[in-house]
Amino acid sequence: MRPSSVVLVGLVKLLVGAFPRWVGCAPEPTQRIYFANHTSHIDTMAIWAALPIRMRYRTHPVAARDYWGKGIRRYFATKALRAVLIDRTRTDPNANPLAPLIEVLQRGESLIIFPEGTRGSSAIPAAFKSGLFHLAAQFANVQLVPVYLENLHRSLPKGAVLPIPMTCTVRFGAPISLAPQEPKEVFLERARAEVIKLAGGAQD
Amino acid sequence: MTANQKAAWVFGGIVVFLAVASAIGALLARRAKSERARATVENLKARVNAWWVMIIVLAIAFTLGKTATLILFAFISFFALREFITLTPTRPSDYLPLLLAFFVLLPGQYLLIGYDQYGTFAIFIPVYGFLLLPAAATLAADTHEFLERNAKIQWATMITIYCISYAPALLLLQIPGYEGSSSLLLFYLLLVVQLSDVMQYVFGKLFGKTKLAPVVSPSKTVEGLVGGALTTTLIGGALWWITPFTWLQALAISFVIVVMGVLGGLTLSAMKRGLGAKDWGVMIEGHGGMLDRMDSVSFAAPVFFHITRYFFT
Repeated sequence: MRPSSVVLVGLVKLLVGAFPRWVGCAPEPTQRIYFANHTSHIDTMAIWAALPIRMRYRTHPVAARDYWGKGIRRYFATKALRAVLIDRTRTDPNANPLAPLIEVLQRGESLIIFPEGTRGSSAIPAAFKSGLFHLAAQFANVQLVPVYLENLHRSLPKGAVLPIPMTCTVRFGAPISLAPQEPKEVFLERARAEVIKLAGGAQD
Repeated sequence: MTANQKAAWVFGGIVVFLAVASAIGALLARRAKSERARATVENLKARVNAWWVMIIVLAIAFTLGKTATLILFAFISFFALREFITLTPTRPSDYLPLLLAFFVLLPGQYLLIGYDQYGTFAIFIPVYGFLLLPAAATLAADTHEFLERNAKIQWATMITIYCISYAPALLLLQIPGYEGSSSLLLFYLLLVVQLSDVMQYVFGKLFGKTKLAPVVSPSKTVEGLVGGALTTTLIGGALWWITPFTWLQALAISFVIVVMGVLGGLTLSAMKRGLGAKDWGVMIEGHGGMLDRMDSVSFAAPVFFHITRYFFT
């Protein structure tokens, strides 16, 4: 294990616990796309830290290049977390923004994505963007695992720098897949509902 | 006997006690037939295993000295506060007071103890924390349930930082004729408090019939309470030779420790159930969270400290 990863995982566990709960699937190294609600900058690290070590190195978080692409953040994102950076701003309108993700999946490795595309401030995720649908359509054999991150929106509210220590659980739900001819909107809403189901009644 | 020899005897006694407990656990596991019996034995084994870990961590900290012990308790407070805040509904506008609680009050309290500042550590959180946390909260300009929100944070800091920190603060006490032995006093407190919990559990499992407080703490029974409290008080008295007390004083003081421990267990149990939880957390296998293990200590430590300080220094 890289020293930077050890430090990062240790710090994340100390501050937010990141206790895994495998509710709907087992911690197996199957190729998967984990999709989760997004409320803070620790989300990526919390899911990554909750995975068993042997799975961490084959699971790449997806992070926005405009935030994680420079300086110390870039170092942590790409070296310690081995994240894939995605271009949210679409500087080149002809390039496929999903290309780096597709490359990871073609190598047989797993991804962590936040389909809302940006951080929300409530316990329930906002509407999903279409990236998850395109990946699901292209990689029918990859398991799509819903993940719910509890409490992190309380630990690091938008705009705050230091996280408030809090015990956060990371709940992994039962895998879903894209049904034949399922329309994009229906699938994305169904995927979002699976994440909300894991929240177990959290409201605000 | 020197303080070190006494400590070795007591630690040795605990190791024997735990070894017997582990053996009983293994024996019961073979005899358990029903689903329910198996679950009870599994929980018993998890509890005993957690005790092994806790006693080893404590022994290491004691061997390393005062600073290591203070750091250990600072982490215990940290995890307890983390559990308390996790179960307490807070709002984004509580960010500043929470940040102050974790990163100013907690290290501040343990630094004051580390630098022997009795006069300041005894009022740091009850006076300055009490007044300044809600004052800091006003900056967020959110009056929604302002009193309730701040009362929760004040309770959290008082129990998890202030009250728990009284345990390692015992190391500050200069008791005539007991110089250099104050870590034994801390050990005595922890031993009596935790033994009381263990004995209440054992007596409750063996003879428990009448529920003591079914709403507040469903597992507590009258038989467990009486049997556990009496046995622990007697053992506390019998251990007078590691304390600065006579055997009669030790008997009375260990009774006070046991009573405060029971009150702490009941109060914090009512609190966590009011917050909708059965356990404070999941850190310690078989026991629940850090605060499930420290609830009795948080009530017993301040009282034990002040009794000892008032009458013996």
